[in-house]
Amino acid sequence: MSRREQDLVDAWLRGRLDRRGLIKGLGALGVSAAGANALVGMATTRAMAADFDWRAHAGTSLRLLLNQHPYTDAMIANLGAFRELTGMDVTFDVFPEDVYFDRVTAALASGSREYDVFMTGAYMTWTYGPAGWITDLNEWINDPAKTAPAYAWDDVLPGLRASTAWNGVPGGELGSPDAKQWCIPWGYELNNVSYNRGMFDRAGVAVPTNMDEMVEAAAKLNRDIDGAYGVGVRGSRSWATIHPGFLSAYANFGQRDLNVSADGKLSAAMNTPESKAFHAQWVRMIQESGPRDWSNYTWYQVGQDLGAGASAMIFDADILGYFMNGEGNAMAGQLGYAPFAANPAASAPTPNVWIWSLAMSNFSQRKDAAWWFLQWASGAEHGLFGATEMDFVNPVRQSVWADEGFRSRLENSYPGYVNQHDVSAPGAQIYFTAQPLFFDLTTEWAATLQRMVANEVPVDEGLDQLAASVDRQLRDADLG
Amino acid sequence: MAVIADTPPRPRRFRVGARALPYLLSLPALLVCIGILIPFGTAIWYSLQRYRLSQPWARRMNWGQNYVDFLSDPAFWNTLQVSMVYAATAVVVQLVLGLSIALLLQRRTRLNNVISIMLLLPLMTAPVLASLMWTLMTNANFGVLSWAAGQIGFEDMRWASSPRTALFTVLLVDIWVYTPFMVILLLAGLRSLPSQPFEAAALDGAPRLFVFWRITLPMLTPYILTASLFRLLDAIQQFDIIYGMTQGGPGNTLMVFQVEAYLNFFQQTNVGRSAALMMILWAITYALSAVFIKQWLRLRERARGEV
Repeated sequence: MSRREQDLVDAWLRGRLDRRGLIKGLGALGVSAAGANALVGMATTRAMAADFDWRAHAGTSLRLLLNQHPYTDAMIANLGAFRELTGMDVTFDVFPEDVYFDRVTAALASGSREYDVFMTGAYMTWTYGPAGWITDLNEWINDPAKTAPAYAWDDVLPGLRASTAWNGVPGGELGSPDAKQWCIPWGYELNNVSYNRGMFDRAGVAVPTNMDEMVEAAAKLNRDIDGAYGVGVRGSRSWATIHPGFLSAYANFGQRDLNVSADGKLSAAMNTPESKAFHAQWVRMIQESGPRDWSNYTWYQVGQDLGAGASAMIFDADILGYFMNGEGNAMAGQLGYAPFAANPAASAPTPNVWIWSLAMSNFSQRKDAAWWFLQWASGAEHGLFGATEMDFVNPVRQSVWADEGFRSRLENSYPGYVNQHDVSAPGAQIYFTAQPLFFDLTTEWAATLQRMVANEVPVDEGLDQLAASVDRQLRDADLG
Repeated sequence: MAVIADTPPRPRRFRVGARALPYLLSLPALLVCIGILIPFGTAIWYSLQRYRLSQPWARRMNWGQNYVDFLSDPAFWNTLQVSMVYAATAVVVQLVLGLSIALLLQRRTRLNNVISIMLLLPLMTAPVLASLMWTLMTNANFGVLSWAAGQIGFEDMRWASSPRTALFTVLLVDIWVYTPFMVILLLAGLRSLPSQPFEAAALDGAPRLFVFWRITLPMLTPYILTASLFRLLDAIQQFDIIYGMTQGGPGNTLMVFQVEAYLNFFQQTNVGRSAALMMILWAITYALSAVFIKQWLRLRERARGEV
């Protein structure tokens, strides 16, 4: 490495230069892109190794269970850096999402020692944690001998740290002082509006900022744009229908899924007059301007329709809009993004978040080594690599979001994306009540929503029936 | 001086006593039985417990309370009803279609042989793939069946996404996949029937309908029962097509046993309820099999002139 190259790399390591600027500078010195990346990798490894014994578990081999996802792709692309830094080896199994969580449940329920680390969502830890399948990671996070000084746990967005920590008490507040850190946030999605700019221009419709405007805009787009419907939201008979746009909007009206009494008992909270009014509006929006086969819509169909130009907007995960704006989609480069606060009286959006996280199996025989991997994979260096070189959005670290190279890349290719994130991130958290019947109750909620949209049951009656059923199930499980 | 035997020693033969031989021969079957019985016994054991993986502290024996709870659980009765309606409709339609096609293909001609082979193609398709194909074909935006429905006046046909047409749609897929199974069995039955009764009827100038109702159908009944039994057992345990297309929805429209038990276990981690559901499905399957086999044996005895 020449003196000038060394200076550039040192400037980057001291934070005076962003990654993009560094690679550009190295390019100006005649270093190829591949060479620049190698130099950056070497420098990162050297800097990281300076104040922590990353090679404490050299020779150890870890096995990961992973979901097929761009986050996984980014990690696999950077695994060489981890191997070089630690001297550890990593093998992995990757499964498509349709079967992924069944594999996780099967592996953990059987007490298998095969996997050390696996991908999960925060909701799943409400089952895995109490079952004793995963480890409370506070033990490692709070141990300076086992955590690199540069790891900076506080750099992870506060709402995400809290959302992945639960004390195991049904109805217990997420992120409470006695909470166990069941997993480490890795990448996350918040729910806002992604829209087709061309269609909005043609229909002369402004981007909606609240629920009333969304219903109106969707209806006009539905009427005015040939071959496309107004708004895409999920509708399959699954808990996954409730958690994205639906709950984000619902929470914005101050509504809850469950009440928690002073003595810790849970009861249904979804049949209040405000909730009924919101449900009625949501149902009407789908009936008037949603996809015709809405009840089969998962995130996949919602995203595909936006990317193919079959829908004018979606109220779903922002990263879904991000990926649909990329190459290979008919509408690539034509999408825009906007924050969305459903309640006209609300001061800011309240996106309920989905957090792809990394958890440590309680059956792992190499927990310390697994933690070495976890802190590398969730560290700022890998986060920045993924965000700038791959499609590792949304990163969970504030420092990555502050990186100018990352921000300008988003600003240039994804108009409005950074703004929708920055406006929404302070309110981004999980708005469900943490409790063991999460999947039972939210799946039934989705099924009830399907019946309402199909006019099988009026909204008021459907919600009363749902609340009665929820209360019965909570009582049966000694939670209500 | 050592004495060397001039005859080589006889190889020792392992002798099994006559009384032990039957047990030895049945050992492989016994091992298979154990392999089946252990999970079966475990499922019974779990079904008698209050057992949720997400509430390990609450796990305890409840001695059949899961079954008692079903009696007052509308979701269970809905599951039972949907499963029965689905299985019965699928079997009846497939039987009628299968028999009709088998009768058309009965004569051994080159064309019939080619068609018989082509009819096997859906059967070779994994049901979950078939559900994917049909999901695409019924897609409201680009599905060929949605387009065709629109051409004949059903512009708003919503297929599996509407509670009104969801059962019809999944049955359509089931029929598409499994009717060839009926055709094969019934065709084999038709072609193996003795020719003398048909020749006698032809000599007497019996009308075709008479021959069908009085000769073909009675002689074919054991085959019909066998084919129906296989299909009924399969249909009442249907999972792939329904889960692949609707996950049991919309609402609870298609919540059959297997889908309900799968969701209970893998999504809700309610092991006790899931196991109890599977035990009830087993009991229904067992009862249906017993009825069919009893009928089949009675017909066989009648055919031998023993009744």
